[in-house]
Order: sequence, then C-alpha cells, then structure tokens
Amino acid sequence: MIEHATKQMSLTVDDLSVVYGNGNAALQGATFSLHGGTICALVGINGSGKSTLFKSIMGFVRPTSGAVKINGADIKTALKNQLVAYVPQSEEVDWSFPVSVADVVMMGCYGKMNWMRIPRKFDHEVVEKSLRRVAMWDFRDRQIGELSGGQKKRVFLARALAQGGRMILLDEPFTGVDVKTEDAIIDLLRELREEGAVILVSTHNLGAVPEFCDQVVLINRKVLAYGATDEIFTEQNLTAAFGGQLRHFHFEQSTIQRHDGRAVKVLTDDERPLVFGKDGHLEYKNREGREELIKSRRKETE
Amino acid sequence: MSEWVIPFHYDYMIKAMIACGLIGLTCGLLSAFLTLKGWSLMGDALSHAVVPGVAVAYIIGWPLALGSFFAGLFAAAAMAVVKAKSQIREDAVIGIVFTTFFAFGLLLIGLYPAQVDLKSIIHGNILGIADRDLWQVLGISVFCLFIICVKWRDLMLFCFDVVQAKTIGLRVGLLHGLLLGLVSAMAVAALQAVGAILVVAMLITPGATAYLLTDRFPRMMLLSTLLGAVTASVGAYASYFINGSPGGCIVTLQTLVFLLCWIFAPKHGMLAQGRQKNASAERKEEQA
Amino acid sequence: MQAAMLSGCLIAVMCALLSCFLILRGWSLMGDAISHAVLPGIVLAYWIGMPLLIGAFFSGLFCALGTGFIKNHSRIKEDTVMGVVFTGLFAVGLVMFTRTTSDIHLDHILFGNILGISNRQVGEISVVAVCVSAVVWLKRRDFLLLSFDPSQARVIYLPVRILHYALLCLLTLAIVISLHAVGIILVTALLISPGATAFLWTKRFDRMMAIACATAVFSTITGILMSYHFDLRSGPCIVLVQALLFVLSMVLGPRWVKKMGQMG
Repeated sequence: MIEHATKQMSLTVDDLSVVYGNGNAALQGATFSLHGGTICALVGINGSGKSTLFKSIMGFVRPTSGAVKINGADIKTALKNQLVAYVPQSEEVDWSFPVSVADVVMMGCYGKMNWMRIPRKFDHEVVEKSLRRVAMWDFRDRQIGELSGGQKKRVFLARALAQGGRMILLDEPFTGVDVKTEDAIIDLLRELREEGAVILVSTHNLGAVPEFCDQVVLINRKVLAYGATDEIFTEQNLTAAFGGQLRHFHFEQSTIQRHDGRAVKVLTDDERPLVFGKDGHLEYKNREGREELIKSRRKETE
Repeated sequence: MSEWVIPFHYDYMIKAMIACGLIGLTCGLLSAFLTLKGWSLMGDALSHAVVPGVAVAYIIGWPLALGSFFAGLFAAAAMAVVKAKSQIREDAVIGIVFTTFFAFGLLLIGLYPAQVDLKSIIHGNILGIADRDLWQVLGISVFCLFIICVKWRDLMLFCFDVVQAKTIGLRVGLLHGLLLGLVSAMAVAALQAVGAILVVAMLITPGATAYLLTDRFPRMMLLSTLLGAVTASVGAYASYFINGSPGGCIVTLQTLVFLLCWIFAPKHGMLAQGRQKNASAERKEEQA
Repeated sequence: MQAAMLSGCLIAVMCALLSCFLILRGWSLMGDAISHAVLPGIVLAYWIGMPLLIGAFFSGLFCALGTGFIKNHSRIKEDTVMGVVFTGLFAVGLVMFTRTTSDIHLDHILFGNILGISNRQVGEISVVAVCVSAVVWLKRRDFLLLSFDPSQARVIYLPVRILHYALLCLLTLAIVISLHAVGIILVTALLISPGATAFLWTKRFDRMMAIACATAVFSTITGILMSYHFDLRSGPCIVLVQALLFVLSMVLGPRWVKKMGQMG
C-alpha cells in the first residue's frame, strides 16, 4: 500500500452499457469520471444498476458497449495491480465459514504472495497494521461469525487496507452498523481520501450522504447527474432518481424552525431522512464547524 | 410396418407401458410442484432414502408403500433435526442423510439376499413385475393423483409463497408433510419403473421442461403431466426394440425432450434468449 | 487386505480434503452428480478400447461443464439442471450398457469392492490419490478464498476460472479413482461426511481439514474391518461408520453444547 500512496487515482466510466443474457438492459450509456482523493456516493433505487456498475468496475461483467478505465488503463490491468478493493454487503458473506479475522485480512494479501500463498513476515506486518487501523487487532483470533455487525464491517475494511486497494468499492456499508462504527468508518474513509484514493459508496441511505461524501453519482440505468454533493443533492434531482419512492414531508411551522430557523423539508426512503433547509440548501447532522453557516443563515431569515 | 406393433402382442409390454404411463403421469404432475418449490435435491434424496424402507417391506412382507413412506418421512425428519441443530448448509445435510439411508439399505439387502432383489431396486423391474406389486404401484399412483387434483391450489400457494399460505390460514406444516409424503410414495412407484437411481429424473425433468415452455402454472402442470406420461410409455415401448432397460430409455427420452426445449423453446429457450439479447442491444443502438 | 487398507486410507484422505471445500462451497451434490455421470464414459471407453478411467473422467467433467452451461443459458435453478443432466447421462449410460456384451460388471461400478481390488489398481489409486491430495493441500488457501468470497478472489486477480475448473477436475479425478473401492453411489458420502463432521468441531479451516482426514481414515479402517469380519459390503460399512461419527459429533460437539447452553 506504500508504493501507490503518492499516485492520484482516477476512474472513468465512458458510455457504459450492460445488457444481460435475458435482454435486461441494466445500464445504458452511463458516463462519469472521478479523481482522487474523493468519497463519492452512488445513489439510486433497487434495480437502478448500482450493483451492475460495481460489477463492471470489478470486471465481472463484460460491457455491451463503452468502457471503464482506472488510471487510464483497462480494468484487467487495475486488477492485476491490486488497485481495486471491495467491501461486500454483510448479507453476501457466509459468517459460519471457518476462518478467523486475521485469516480474512490475510486474504487481502494473496494477490501479492507466491503461488502457495505462504505469508511472509511482511504480510503479517501488513495484516497487523491494517487490523490496528480499524481497531480490530484484539479480535484477530475470533471466528468471523462471533463479531458484531460493526466489527464485521471493519474486518472487511481492514482486508481492503491490507490489499492496498486505491479504488475502494463499498456496498451498503452502513446497514446493520451502530452509529459509533459508522463514524469510525467515515473517519477512516476520510483518511483514505486524504491519501488520494477513490472511494465509491453504494447506498440508499440518503441522510448519510452529505455528511461524508464530497461527490455524488445519481443513477437510474443512466447517470442522471454527478458532481459535488451540494450541487447534485437537490430535491429536483432526487425526485428524478427515486420517482415516487421517496416520502416528502413539509414543515411550514415546526419546533426546530422556531428553535433556530432551520429545516423545513424532509426527504426520506424510510432510512435516515435527508433534510433540506428553507431555501433548498442541505442540512447536516454534524453541526460542528458549521456554526458560521448557521449564524449567517439565521441572519438571512431574520 | 407390422414391426412397430409387435410390442403390443405381448401382455407384459402392454402392462409395462400402461403402468409406466400412469407412473410418469403422476410423477410429471408432482414434478411441476417440486420445480417450483426448488426441491430437486429433496426428490433425489427421498428416492435414495426410501431404499431401506423398501428392503424392510420386502423382508417382513409389508406393503411397499408403507415401508417407503416411513423411511421417507424418517429421512425428512432426520434432515430437519440435523439442520436445526447444526450450522451446516442444507445441501450437505441432505447429502449426509440420504447417503446414510442408502448405505443402510444396501447393507440390509446384503444381509437378506434371498428376500430382496438388489437389481430390481436399483434398476427397476417393470417388465417382470409381479401382479401384486403392480397393483400396489398403480394404487399408489392413482391415490397420489387424486390427492394432488384435490389440493393443487393449496400446494401451489405453498410452493410459491409459504408466508402468504400461512397468512391466509393454510396449515403449512401439514402441506409440507403432504408434499414430502407424496414424493416418498411416488419415489416407490417410480422405483419399480426406472430404479432408485433414476427416480429423481422422473420427479424433476418433466417439471423443468415445462418450466421452459410456459409462464402459467396450470399450463405448466398440464404440460409436465403430459410429458411425464408420454415419455414414460414411449420409453417403455422403445425399450423393446433396443433391448435396453426401460428406465434408461424413459429417462434418456425425457432428457432429450428437455434438451430440445432448452434450445428451441419459444420464449425461454437458448435461441430465443440470444435473439432477445440482440434485439435489446439493437434497440439501445437505435436510441443512441 | 493390506492393499485394501492402504488404498482405502489414501482415498479417504483425498476425499476428506475435498469434502471440506465442497461443503463450504455448497457443492455437496456436485459429487453425487459427477459420480453418476461417469457411466456413459466408462461404456464408451470400453467400446473404443480406451482405459475406462479416462472415459469416466471426461464423462464426469462433461456433466459438470454441461450443468454450468445450461444453468447460465436458461432460467432453471442450478440444482434442478444438475439433476436433469446427471440422470440423463446415467440413463444414456444404462442404455449403452445394455447394448454391450461385456465383461465389465455394472455391480462393480455401482458399488465397488475394496476387498477385491488388484495390485495394479492399488498402484493407480496411490498415484492419483497422492497427487490430488498434494495439489489440494498446496493450493488450499486459493481454494479457500474462492469458496469464501469469489468476488474478492477475482478482484485481487487470482485466476478464478482456472481455480474453479481445477477444483472440478480434481473432484472428478477423485471420484473416478474411488469407483473401484466404493462405487458410484457411495462416493458421494465420502465427499460430504468427513467435512461436515469436522465442521462441527472447529472454526479454523486447517484444523477442519485435519479432523476431516482423521475421521475419514478411522471410519475407512473400521468399515473395512467390519466388512471383513462380518462378511458385509465394504462401501456401506464405511459410510455407516462415518454417519455414526457425524451423529456423535453433533451430539457431543462444541456447537451442540453451546446451543443447548444458550437455550438453557
């Protein structure tokens, strides 16, 4: 993970279309590009092609037309260089599998080992470093099924770290995860962003997106919009992406409003709600560091 | 020309064709449910697991159906217990239980070689079947057919959506047991026709073939029933000419029909799917 | 007797190693399918005068590949496709067999007879079993990742496709070489029970492989002794001893104890 650390990553998806064997067109002409370091949210309803896009970036599906490039080279080269790391959804993992936490993280290193995959001293060090970074070193000998939801997630993040992937794909990372772990994961992702990695997070947890993602790709078979979160996360765009699946709440008068003049509109798909302020700007959960903003807003409303 | 009617001159051939046809018909009907429920392995497992039941029935002179029915239910119960008490994957549980039952059956047959004919259990013996056994087999088939005809809507809902079946007040446990019982019973009947190893084909191939041909369940039942009956009696008929085992002929025929449907079926066949994929890609290009 | 013991133990170890991967991969019934599908290959090889084992190998492999192909090109579930394909091949084999006047005994193929194998067969079994076991052991980490998280295996650029087919080839080889000893029908048990028994005792993969081998060897020796002394078929004896060990493990093993503790 050291040798790539200085290089800026880029991901280019160019006019990507994927048609499956049953004639189902999962993606049609998707186009966007990302440059590291960035945390980008991939937002769309179920069946909008999120997982197909992930599979294309991992090289599992052959594009019907168009291409995905990482650092200007094709996927195969990127995979060969261990650039792509993947954190699966919890439901996809067989938790009764007889492997320990350290075993799983060690699997991240397999790509760089000899053909018998006998770990060297260096590999053990990488595993330790990665596990310490997600604060799971003390759990290294546990069988993976014996962990909590948040701990499980952290183990797979550690695997991505050990692999040294610079194009990191996370599939619904916050389902079944406690708030504390969620914050820890977000902190870690921010660190990786500082190191220049491209982090793509598939989620339908709208409320969490503005908290830690600086870019957003809205997808529904096509890329509807992409760019900086503040520009893309508008009520209009989201309604386009989600169709009738979002609930809208309007609060003309509310306790919050009386309190500090915030929050008038809530968009939610029954997970954490996304809150728009009166003028259509986004409201954040973490208000630290944004006191200035809130003050100036209050001034405006007065 | 007259060559083709020779088999009809022999009583045993006519008997075999009628019996196979009836067994094939009921198995075909049942296979529509098994395919829908995803119980193919269960068919495989139960057809092996009834072997000790059949052996015991022969040894102590009980009716076949009784022995096999108990062996089948016992195997199903064993699977349920092992699955509940361990974290082992279901397919492995099924595998362990049925191989154990089968091994036990083989051991029994080895201990009492005089009473039980191993060959007729493994390969079936529809051409030389004793009248008493024939009547039993026919009785089982007709009885199962009757049950399915009466309860097919309940069974369909049970196979399609257990939760919904439960919500509307059907007794799901009872239906589960009923389906298991039907499979065990038909496994014994089919065992006479094609032998223990090929029973599973009778119980899944017609259903799988029909599933390729239609999207409506009633039509699927009809098709798989028809396929089961026709392939079974034609297979028995054909076995006369190639002097081969009726079981082998029946299942070979069923597999051939399946392969034909897989390639040429109008909507879900391989060729049709290829066309759809191309069409979809072209549509996309036109849009672009 | 000694030859039977030796080849029985080698086969037991080979199948036990494979069984660990099969039960974790959800491939338990693949063994069942391949073992039945070898029949037409054996008959065909006999017709054209090839070694029977080679015919059996290709026929078994054909079943595995055919199942994969049909599954990928239809809407039918994998286990159903497998059932259709292997019974179809077995049926074709039966029909071909009845058209042959031969000195191959169907009974020997179906049930095997470990007490009656020839010296040449012992040699064949030894070579193949040692090779298969060695490859599985050396590449166990790759196969483990392939079973645990195939996506990860692909992402870190392991040759996933080659590994997949390698495992299939090893499995087919193991089945084919076990035919003399245990027969088509019961080889399935050798490819499931040891792994499942070991799974009940440990949560570490290396230990699981060790336990699987130990139980498999123990039940083979006990089974052969039983069949020798009580004049029973050897295959069923081995399988029944294994089943007994599995049941004992279920009742005495740590997982059961833990579950009961949780309930109480």
